[in-house]
Amino acid sequence: MELLERFAAGDLEAFEALFRQHQKEVYAWSVRIVRDTGAAEDLTVETFWRIYRARQRFDPAAGNFRAWARRIATNAALDHLRHARKETELSEDFPDAPRSDPAALGELRGHLRHAFLELPPKYRLVATLALIEDEPYQEIADAVGISPALVKVRVFRAVRMLRRKLNSLGLEVTAK
Amino acid sequence: MTDKITDQDGTELHALLRREFPPLENAELQRDLWPQMLRRLDAQTFRVPWFDWALAAAVAAMLLLFPSAIPALLYQL
Repeated sequence: MELLERFAAGDLEAFEALFRQHQKEVYAWSVRIVRDTGAAEDLTVETFWRIYRARQRFDPAAGNFRAWARRIATNAALDHLRHARKETELSEDFPDAPRSDPAALGELRGHLRHAFLELPPKYRLVATLALIEDEPYQEIADAVGISPALVKVRVFRAVRMLRRKLNSLGLEVTAK
Repeated sequence: MTDKITDQDGTELHALLRREFPPLENAELQRDLWPQMLRRLDAQTFRVPWFDWALAAAVAAMLLLFPSAIPALLYQL
């Protein structure tokens, strides 16, 4: 019996094999969304826990485990963003960009960071993947379970929300 | 669809965001999470679902309110 079939039948050894095959990829995807190594580790375990619970719904013949795992990881990360909103600082585990800018730019960046954290989670998720991580819209759409056109709409709205927020603070961000 | 945020959407904002939050394309997992996964599986194995507790509480409440139902319940068992 194939690995995926054994997993779907509830074989723990098959699940362990799949876990070891895919944990790095799930972690890498999660950390790019939540930008916190500890949270990404917890989310990797949470993702595989959801995968294990849903194993009977997985069709080994038709299913693409990698895509399925990424979608579950995305949902888990979105749940995390919803719960951790306003409590988690983005990028706290990773070095910030150099701080040698002029004061005005430093102020703009501080407000930008804050405004980004204030985005509704579903917009922050697609904005993070599209604008920061440069993921293709199709990849994001597959992971979130929406159409590429809707991804584009959400990115556009996120940019508009960020710009409005910055403009309301008297800061101008213009298109070049 | 491969198109990206274009100039009209705000190239400057895009650049500022990428500068403020550097991409994490190469972030790597530093340890094996399987032991953590096993602990999670073990913990869930012994967890009693909330609806089981709710059912037990409902039966207990019913028996307290209607003690005469106890013989009927015992008969059914």
